[in-house]
Amino acid sequence: MGARGKSMDTHPERAGAGPEGQHSPALAYPVGQHPQLPPPVVQTGPVAWVRDNLFGSPLDIAMTMCVAWLLYTLLPPFIDWAFVKGTLFGQSRQDCNPDGACWVFLKVRFDQFVYGFYPAGDHWRVNLTAAILAVLGLLFFVPRVPYKGVIALFSLTVFPVIAYVLLVGGVFGLEHVETPKWGGVFLTVLVSVAGIVLALALGIVLALGRQSPLPIISSICTAYIEFVRAVPFITILFMASVMLPLFLPEGVSLEKLLRAMIGTGLFWAAYMAEAVRGGLQALPRGQYEAASAIGLNYWKSMSFIVLPQALKHSIPGIMNTIISLVKDTTLLLLIGIFELLGIVQAAAADPKWLGNYVEGYVAVALVFFLFCFGMSRYSQQLEKRLDTGY
Amino acid sequence: MAVTTSNGTLPARTAPWHDPRKRAAFFQSLVLVLVAALIIWIVNNTLTNLARLNIASGYDFLERRAGFGVPMNLVDYSPDSTYLRAFGVGILNTLLVSALGIIASTLIGFFMGVARLSTNWLIRTMAAVYVEGMRNIPVLLQIFFWYFAVLGALPQPRQAVNVADSAFLSNRGLFVPAPVPQDYFWLTPIVFLLSVLAVIVLARWARRRRELTGQIFPTGKVSVALLFIPALVTWFATGAPLAWNFPSLQGFRFVGGLTIVPELVAVWFALSLYTGAFIAEAVRGGILAISKGQTQAARSLGLSAGQTLRLVIIPQAMRIIVPPVTNQYLSLTKNSSLGAAVGYPELMSVSGTMLNQTGQAVEVLGITMLVYGTICLVIALIMNVYNRLVRIPER
Repeated sequence: MGARGKSMDTHPERAGAGPEGQHSPALAYPVGQHPQLPPPVVQTGPVAWVRDNLFGSPLDIAMTMCVAWLLYTLLPPFIDWAFVKGTLFGQSRQDCNPDGACWVFLKVRFDQFVYGFYPAGDHWRVNLTAAILAVLGLLFFVPRVPYKGVIALFSLTVFPVIAYVLLVGGVFGLEHVETPKWGGVFLTVLVSVAGIVLALALGIVLALGRQSPLPIISSICTAYIEFVRAVPFITILFMASVMLPLFLPEGVSLEKLLRAMIGTGLFWAAYMAEAVRGGLQALPRGQYEAASAIGLNYWKSMSFIVLPQALKHSIPGIMNTIISLVKDTTLLLLIGIFELLGIVQAAAADPKWLGNYVEGYVAVALVFFLFCFGMSRYSQQLEKRLDTGY
Repeated sequence: MAVTTSNGTLPARTAPWHDPRKRAAFFQSLVLVLVAALIIWIVNNTLTNLARLNIASGYDFLERRAGFGVPMNLVDYSPDSTYLRAFGVGILNTLLVSALGIIASTLIGFFMGVARLSTNWLIRTMAAVYVEGMRNIPVLLQIFFWYFAVLGALPQPRQAVNVADSAFLSNRGLFVPAPVPQDYFWLTPIVFLLSVLAVIVLARWARRRRELTGQIFPTGKVSVALLFIPALVTWFATGAPLAWNFPSLQGFRFVGGLTIVPELVAVWFALSLYTGAFIAEAVRGGILAISKGQTQAARSLGLSAGQTLRLVIIPQAMRIIVPPVTNQYLSLTKNSSLGAAVGYPELMSVSGTMLNQTGQAVEVLGITMLVYGTICLVIALIMNVYNRLVRIPER
């Protein structure tokens, strides 16, 4: 150390340059009274930022140029199409600027995109159901609200009955609305919620079954999970729409929408099970053993010791599955159920609005993006909140 | 526990419902009986319903005439072909778009994954926007976007975009010259394959020599020469034996050449870009999982940034990247079934038509699921073998 320090002091350029070189004649301030100067602009200012972040090396310069050129060729025409030449006011295609976006299309069809063909006078029923769902969701997800168990029980038992009565009608003077008239965002949310609840419940059971020490139960669950994961969602949907009626006894028939919901839940349960299994496997063996040691039976040790910890570990996987499930509700249009994408596609194929695909797709993409992106951000926040460090 | 005391008396007996083994046996038989009963009930209902609805069962229909046309076929097919052959056409189209998609999404994914870690702010941000955008928008919407909004907006064949009178782009697809092999063409690919084998042998030999003696052989340069020079020599020695069949406009459509239907392009683009975003996340996660010390150690040994990435980071990151990427390949293959939504004649689309024509839902969907299951199994097996190769042997 000493040798290095000495050599530094005697270095011809070093001497007198630093604040510690007090013998140097060039020093303008006594030791310790040097004023706080801002760092040189070329090292921290915007110029340095641009140099470090955009033009660091020849390769960087080339890539920056490529991306800048790409943005230059794509962005201005899009802005021009969407905002500058886009038409917001009017009633029909004729009111639109042919060179720009025809947002009139979305405005005129807005009710249809949200409620499908649900009778206009009864939209309040959908709104009311959505409001109850929103309140229940808020109560359940806001950490400070107590009685989570009661809220969950209410949501799973009473709420479906209320929703059924409100949406289907036929009692209490509410007009009966057949499910083929349902559609749009409303139907997407409905199928997603039903699918998530069914998939989560069945998925937890399947994951526990797969991890079970009982060989027959574990192999039945494994076989189900692996079979479902090996085939595309669309084949399960076709199965639910074409084969399920054959599986049921004569005279029993389920509505197509209900069959689609069952198909969605059964399919995503396999993925949910794999997400939960990840959490179960991440739990140290000691937790299982401690639970048995204090005399808890299987179901008690699962529900009080294992699952609360395992589910916390599997939040990222569960959230990813939920996001995939919501995105894949679009596939319902292939079996003739008009969820959001299906109804926009049908509207854009209408001769009166033919060619308005892009406007419709932009709107649908925005809806899904906001929801899915929001969910993934929420899951990151939830993970942080529940993280207890072990 | 079968413990008996020395004088032969049994220890205090537990009730059968408190004996874990008996309880396990009971509950398992109960579940088994319930599952078996459910299956028997379903099969019974199905048989009754099929008889009631007069739907034939069995696989005889596979030998019958299909009677529907397919806009794109890799093997000879006409409406007079059998259902079995239609299945084959569908499977080949599924394999084609899956293979193309896997190649493209791997390239996009690795590029974007590395780009998200770039020190260049613009590149990093662009990659982040791409990944978040693609991951959060349904893939079916993306297929529709490419098919209806982009490719559907292309001009009619008569006003097709003309590239040097040999390739044409219109709303009927992309028309490119088709290669027509002449005599002795087969020699060139064979020579090329032999060169590939030679390069593999050379690389192994060079590696063993390096490990034994520390001498570095210029494998890269020699390989390039070995790959291309013999093939090029053969190519010209046999007289460049490849003719081209150019597409030409006749009336309202193009004749000759190779047609790439817009359905294929739409499904391919959408699947590659969608899956590429997920692969990018896997690649980014794999690289981030390698500790900074590895980079610092490599740089202090005097390796350049590129060498550090190529020789130190990527080989270690690969074993983390491969399993999630395998899952993405499987999901891409399964998502190729969405081609049915725009009429790309892959397996699901073909079997949907068959299902409507024959009404034999059980058989048609059964075969379809079996084929998808088999394809996924084969991809998983290949990737498992690859994973074993890239895995760092633990000592």
